[in-house]
Amino acid sequence: MATSTVTPPETRAGGLRDKLTGVDWHRYVIYIGFVVVFLFFAVLLHGEGFLSANNLLNILRQTATVTVIAVAMTFVIASAEIDLSVGSVAGLSSVVAAMALSQWGLVAGVVAGLAVGLVVGAINGGLVATLGIPSFLVTLGMLGIASGVAQWVTASAPQPILNDTFNLIFGSGNLGPIPGLILWSAVFVVVGHVALTKSRYGREVLATGGNRTAAEFTGINTKRIKFQVLLISAVVASIAGLLYAGRLQSGRYQWGTGDELSAIAAVILGGTSLFGGSASVIGTLFGALLIGLINNGLILAGLDASQQQVVRGGIIILAVALARKR
Amino acid sequence: MAETKDIADSLRSNRPDGSGSRDGTPIVQMSGIHKSFSGVPVLKGVDFEVCSGEVHALAGGNGAGKSTLMKILQGVYSMDAGEIKIDGKPVKLSSIHGARAAGVGMVFQEFSLVPTLTVAQNVFLAAEPMGPLGMINDRESVRRAREEFTDMQVEVDATARVEDLSTAYWQLTEIAKALAQDARILIMDEPTASLAKHETDSLFELVERLKARGIAIIYISHRMDEVYRIADRITILRDGGRLFTRSLAEVTREEIVEGIVGHKIEGELEYKERAARDRREVLLEARGLNAGRRVRDVSFQLHKGEILGLAGLMGSGRTELARILFGVDRLDSGEVQLNGQRVEIGNPREAAAAGIALIPEDRREQGLVLSHSVRDNLLLPLLKRLEVGPLISDRKGNDLARSLIQRFSVKVANMAHPVRLLSGGNQQKVVIAKWLGTEPDVLIMDEPTAGVDIGTKSEILDMIRDLADEGKGVIVISSEYPELLAVSDRVVVLKDGAVLNVLNRRDIPDEESLQLAVQGV
Repeated sequence: MATSTVTPPETRAGGLRDKLTGVDWHRYVIYIGFVVVFLFFAVLLHGEGFLSANNLLNILRQTATVTVIAVAMTFVIASAEIDLSVGSVAGLSSVVAAMALSQWGLVAGVVAGLAVGLVVGAINGGLVATLGIPSFLVTLGMLGIASGVAQWVTASAPQPILNDTFNLIFGSGNLGPIPGLILWSAVFVVVGHVALTKSRYGREVLATGGNRTAAEFTGINTKRIKFQVLLISAVVASIAGLLYAGRLQSGRYQWGTGDELSAIAAVILGGTSLFGGSASVIGTLFGALLIGLINNGLILAGLDASQQQVVRGGIIILAVALARKR
Repeated sequence: MAETKDIADSLRSNRPDGSGSRDGTPIVQMSGIHKSFSGVPVLKGVDFEVCSGEVHALAGGNGAGKSTLMKILQGVYSMDAGEIKIDGKPVKLSSIHGARAAGVGMVFQEFSLVPTLTVAQNVFLAAEPMGPLGMINDRESVRRAREEFTDMQVEVDATARVEDLSTAYWQLTEIAKALAQDARILIMDEPTASLAKHETDSLFELVERLKARGIAIIYISHRMDEVYRIADRITILRDGGRLFTRSLAEVTREEIVEGIVGHKIEGELEYKERAARDRREVLLEARGLNAGRRVRDVSFQLHKGEILGLAGLMGSGRTELARILFGVDRLDSGEVQLNGQRVEIGNPREAAAAGIALIPEDRREQGLVLSHSVRDNLLLPLLKRLEVGPLISDRKGNDLARSLIQRFSVKVANMAHPVRLLSGGNQQKVVIAKWLGTEPDVLIMDEPTAGVDIGTKSEILDMIRDLADEGKGVIVISSEYPELLAVSDRVVVLKDGAVLNVLNRRDIPDEESLQLAVQGV
């Protein structure tokens, strides 16, 4: 499954050494890493049911929201920006949606959740694009603001969601044998991949991240691009918030906490340059899946939460070190 | 001091003449250097040497292997086969650091200084003099930097921040940095590209003094006049091999040009009268343009089919004028008319939509996304045309890119390769092709042949003439007078941001008179 997306690059006739150095294998580290880790757990944790269909679906389900966030994050990083506020935007969106749902019903709940993303994204994007404040600082501030607002409006209390339609659409339901969450993330991955590789917008995002001055001289409105990627990122984060709310049937400010780091790790693991200009949505998907795989495997292996964090951190550093271009 | 002079004199008298008898002391000997990238051989057994106290010019066309050879000498690339000797002893240059330690210094074409640090801090970057407690002794670095500049006999404020100085000083700082690390071999890559004439003169005086100190200088330049002025020998590379190494005293300009290009070029820099330039309509008219202090009350007309040269010293407002016309910078007052219609150009998008294109001064910084492929760079301004519904058609894109590559004879093995792998001349062609793909009416070219070899240069000049013949209006900015005189039908002379003079080509008898006109004499 992983290997099917790898197409060998053109190689020229030449010595074996030339062939090997000609292949930019750093780009495929994520796929190699995914397969290696998968096989490792498959052998080691065979007895714990790692390979059971249920467990594999679980991995997909658990990584779905991070995958959704990471797809939008791919565009942000491709344009040489960063968005640290996505996790807390998801949390805020979940509580705002839950509160609106209980007051005014389904449509209002969804709209309110999305509005959180629109407002936050417009502020993030506006400050970065028009005032030129680094996105790192703007979104770091926004991380605190969104999380604080979410705690404030709810007095830190969970907001239960009793609307079954909402819960079914956003994460609790299944379409036939396939969990809805997986469909959601599949839609985002497909749309993101096509937009990045096949649309003018994707090219303009990459050009902006690769060399902003040249992009500007080429007639690309790089301010607009930076505004848009941050707007989209926040809106997608608010959708991820709805997915949390639907899956866990409540809105809580804690939903999504720390997702910004998982998403950024997934994007970088997937081969997107932290400095912009080159990106891969499929790589991001496998980055997110690899993180999910590691989380799942470590739990099955019986490690406690603190040990999991240590091992996970080590694996991520190792993978990024291998994927690094020389 | 007197002693050094004697050594220098003795070196001078022993100067190797390139005819086989090498009685100078070669400080660097590279022999049989081979290097391939992804199976494509770039260097095929190159021999190269430079003696102490010698200025050795290295020339060759696009992709001849000059920069690869120099990068091997600097320890950036490792060679596949061959041998490098420094002072007669074989060395392995496996890193930039190792090459520095062996005495190889580089004066980068794109400067490698940290703009926010002072001159002295840059000179001793990563080699700072330390105090007793292991702390950096800034006072000592300032003192030693001053000493270095005194030795070089140039005046540079060692305590100034680099970003506050002009590029001429950046270069001096680079040289001081190399010398402070005891470099005995200096590689200068197009060192005069961004210098005004008097700055070039003082650089050459400095080069003479460095020679006298026994420092070997490898000088890479496409400017023949400079090579003749300061180099002792020249080595020409072609297709990854050494064509010849000869003393400049016994090689003619024609032989060099032919060696670089591979065939004879006749009258590459001669003005060619072009037909049908009489009944011309005004294409673009600038009226009373003002922007800050750099552009003051500039008015001129550009006709259809005309090549208009913009001449002036560094800082005369040439580039600023180009940036205004392309909407990069804002106008304070004045107006621009295209075909008799007033146009508002607030940003490059509006300029492009109005049919104006700019080939910018700095192709690496402003013209290209270096990490992206040749194809993607070519198609960047043309994406709208490739759209089928919401998506880009790869087939259309490949066809268009291929036709542009062909039309502008860009030499590229695979258009999916990153554009940064191309030579300077080919990169420049990509920038030109990218913009001409948009079919502009007005083309502004800022230093279109900077850092481009002679063969490509004459190709680009021919391209400019062809474009004008097709009825486009071309504005050419260049600090090389021969080039300006080769193509311009009229020359607008700028000084301190204002139009000093507008000259017809036939009223400029030679380079000297243009030079005088530019200096406002």
